[in-house]
Amino acid sequence: MKEYKTVSQIAGPLVFVERVSGVSYGEIVEVLLESGEKKKGQVLDVSKERAVVQVFGGTEGISTASSVRFLGETLRIGLSSNMLGRVFNGLGEPRDGGPKIVPEEKVEITGLPINPYSRESPNEFIQTGISTIDCMNTLVRGQKLPLFSGAGLPHNQLAVQIARQAKVRRSGERFAVVFAAVGITHEEASFFMRDFEKTGALENAVLFLNLADDPSVERLITPRLALTTAEYLAYSQDMHVLVIITDMTNYCEALREISSARQEVPGRRGYPGYMYTDLSTIYERAGRVKGSKGSVTQIPILTMPGDDKTHPIPDLTGYITEGQIMLSRDLHRKNIYPPVDVLPSLSRLMNSGIGKGKTREDHKGVADQLYASYANGRDLRALSAVVGEEALTEVDRKYLRFADEFERRFVNQGPYEDRDIETTLSLAWDLLSMLPEEELKRVKKEYMAKYMRGGKK
Amino acid sequence: MKGKIERISGPVVEANLKGAKLYDVVKVGKDGLLGEIIKIVGEKAVIQVYEDTSGISPGEPVESTGMPLSVELGPGLLTGIYDGVQRPLKVIEEKSGSVFIKRGIEAHAVDRKKKWEFKPKVKKGQKVAVGDVLGVVQETPLIEHRILSPIEGKVESIEEGKFRVEDEICVISSGKKKTRLTMLQKWFVRKPRPVKEKLPPFIPLITGLRVVDTFFPIAKGGTAAIPGPFGSGKTVTQQSLAKYSDTQIVVYIGCGERGNEMTEVLKEFPHLEDPNSGRPLMERTILIANTSNMPVAAREASIYTGITIAEYFRDMGYDVALMADSTSRWAEAMREIGGRLEEMPGEEGYPAYLARRLAEFYERAGRVRCLGSKERFGSITIIGAVSPPGGDISEPVSQNTLRVTKVFLALDSSLAYRRHFPAINWLRSYSLYGDELANYFEKEVGGEFPHLAKEAMEILQKEAELQEVVQLVGPDALPEKEQAVLLVARMLREDYLQQNAFSEVDARCPLKKQYLMLKAILKFYHNTMNALEKGAQLKRIRELPVRAEIGRMKEERDLKQLEALHKRIDESFGGVFE
Repeated sequence: MKEYKTVSQIAGPLVFVERVSGVSYGEIVEVLLESGEKKKGQVLDVSKERAVVQVFGGTEGISTASSVRFLGETLRIGLSSNMLGRVFNGLGEPRDGGPKIVPEEKVEITGLPINPYSRESPNEFIQTGISTIDCMNTLVRGQKLPLFSGAGLPHNQLAVQIARQAKVRRSGERFAVVFAAVGITHEEASFFMRDFEKTGALENAVLFLNLADDPSVERLITPRLALTTAEYLAYSQDMHVLVIITDMTNYCEALREISSARQEVPGRRGYPGYMYTDLSTIYERAGRVKGSKGSVTQIPILTMPGDDKTHPIPDLTGYITEGQIMLSRDLHRKNIYPPVDVLPSLSRLMNSGIGKGKTREDHKGVADQLYASYANGRDLRALSAVVGEEALTEVDRKYLRFADEFERRFVNQGPYEDRDIETTLSLAWDLLSMLPEEELKRVKKEYMAKYMRGGKK
Repeated sequence: MKGKIERISGPVVEANLKGAKLYDVVKVGKDGLLGEIIKIVGEKAVIQVYEDTSGISPGEPVESTGMPLSVELGPGLLTGIYDGVQRPLKVIEEKSGSVFIKRGIEAHAVDRKKKWEFKPKVKKGQKVAVGDVLGVVQETPLIEHRILSPIEGKVESIEEGKFRVEDEICVISSGKKKTRLTMLQKWFVRKPRPVKEKLPPFIPLITGLRVVDTFFPIAKGGTAAIPGPFGSGKTVTQQSLAKYSDTQIVVYIGCGERGNEMTEVLKEFPHLEDPNSGRPLMERTILIANTSNMPVAAREASIYTGITIAEYFRDMGYDVALMADSTSRWAEAMREIGGRLEEMPGEEGYPAYLARRLAEFYERAGRVRCLGSKERFGSITIIGAVSPPGGDISEPVSQNTLRVTKVFLALDSSLAYRRHFPAINWLRSYSLYGDELANYFEKEVGGEFPHLAKEAMEILQKEAELQEVVQLVGPDALPEKEQAVLLVARMLREDYLQQNAFSEVDARCPLKKQYLMLKAILKFYHNTMNALEKGAQLKRIRELPVRAEIGRMKEERDLKQLEALHKRIDESFGGVFE
């Protein structure tokens, strides 16, 4: 272990240490303040003359007289299956007053990329009990499917509902939730805690909490701790792990803060040019792999600044994740919960998780038909606002009513309402029966005969 | 050449390495991580490292191999899956002993142990030119691998039988110098392989996608760009093209994209059949998978690795299709490395050489007369996906790509929302090969095919204009003839342009079927217009049962049935006057 007292500059979260030797890139650092306080950090850039250290836990109190210790190892987390049921802070230290974890394994938190050749394709249907997701944007094991939300929308409520209800319809497999709070408020965090405790989900959950008043640099660590834990539970303990990370917007803000402190060339809206690569090292840590029964499924949550989905954060996220669930302020105002706007929502892996033997043979046709008909209904709604409903044809008026009913009965459901896929699909057929049969081009005739109006003419 | 590391900043390492050459490959640090010299300042070399640099410190050794980044070419490439610097992912899995990619793993791209049956095509004493076929290996049931002579001279000896790729198969003398040749060759990735002559493209790449073949055809040896926001179906379109195009070799580069998507290709292609031969598609495919979380410098290299392999097969006289998904991630890799080098950024932080690099890449496409004394033709068609931020194509990568590509397939998220796939916007897309390929279509498909396509496009354009009026006054206020245009345009959209990639019959639509389908819809259109002229009511035409039959054309296998449908369309209009 080497110790230096050669701090030359402190800028934002960064500390510059001069005349170092034998320091490696990514190494962990302890900064000893004059007050006796210790802070951790990590090497971001190292040359023969100097090391640039990014300090977790804020740089206040550090002076040029502080001493810096290089610990000779990269950032690791101690892992054990005893972590289930525990709450940790954003750096992985216990926060619930419980004992320290005795690690079975110590693992680097940056994680190594999964070999694409060693992946298994995700194709197991996860039933969330939410119609708009199960029927139209199906989640499968090993997928990464973010919630794109906005400030003030009920994304947290939806996230806990998914965590509570998510199941694969073959029981007897071990299931765990890893929850990473990144820069959320104390109030939001306690909402999650209360709900996990109330429903008994906590005993199968691991929580990492970095709250809004915790140092922002830690936010770069917290999701990686959570994912390293998730990978351990999935690939070493054969569990099916659902990872919920909220709020990725705070993560990106922290990334921008560090980047600007390092005086890097900014990309779009001041976010660093490598944000895509950086985000991918988080999101790509979902999947199923050969030789392991477990899986890591991710539901990251992000709030779109100004509800703008072309903002760099949702934009880059959407390019990495396998689809997105988009929440809509309009639906929320209409008092529809969950306010999922199905049109811009998408699950890329849906087709491999549905159909005969997985959900039901008519699933894909029904989903496509709902999409097409609802899109048409929404267009007509805009049109009728201009020309009036009377100017529309009779068929068009049916579409209008369909769109209204679809929102009121299909999208809308209670926060504790757990609909299985059969219920959802028969509800869908019910709604489709409002439209003339010749308009239903996406569903096969045989399925129409079999399922529409319960198979009765 | 050896030196020491001086500075590490992410994937960029500076080292003291006197006498190093630009673009030479170096081994970095104690683990021997693979890197490439991208800048030289005095005695200092700046290296981009293809693996994660955590844990490396200044003072660790650096060694130059004295060779620029190159790919291995020889039998055994097909069915392979490689990372961005051509390391086979299967071997990495074995050597890592884990599902994760560990660092510092060395692996040969081409299997050294496997023996191939080599059949000579030249005789002892024969003179050969550069590019002449020395012999062939049946690499997969689909593809005969032709071993080309890299030099000119006289054949001193030539072998026949089973050999490993590093065994000597031929000796060629030029003057006093004798060169021993194996089946394995190397080529620098950043240097295009030479050809005799580039030729104008006049044969279409038949993709089986109606919207592409009919309206925006791509030529063999041509270039196409597919820009679109996320969720608009870029990858599905690219994969459809890779599956159903009538090309002989496919090189698919997953450049900075999703891991699960590459797995899907890997799992799916061995089970899919080549439509022409019935063999698994994998037998004609090479995959390069450098997913988004794999090292960014290897992502930058992956495009060059892919195109060089494509050129190698082109030189054998094959038609090659190269899919690059996505070139935006490639550009971002350049931006990221440029940023680490503290280069002066150009537009939106991209390096100033972005436009040149893109143009150089697309320029490696083309239909060519290959080197060699016998006449041989090959082609590379490049189809590049572009992922513009927010779907706005005014950004630098899209704009610089559009300047050099000839086909533009604009993906549209509003089409994707209503599950209109492929979500190619027919009003914004274009193809500059239309005139060059018209001859082929007239001869091979049907004399009126290009004409029918033009007429259908006019109807679609007319629809867009009418839609603006409809937005103001409602559809009922239009005269019946214009309502009929709307009706037929809708049929064109739903019954022709939309294609179901997951349907066994519809996923690939042969040209002849495209022609018959389009003709049926336009027959309906002409009959409608005639009938309205003669006083029929549009309401009666809407109710014609033959409309539903047109809607089911997609799923029809038997082309005779489509011809019969043409007749029924003509006949059914007799009834609309009653």
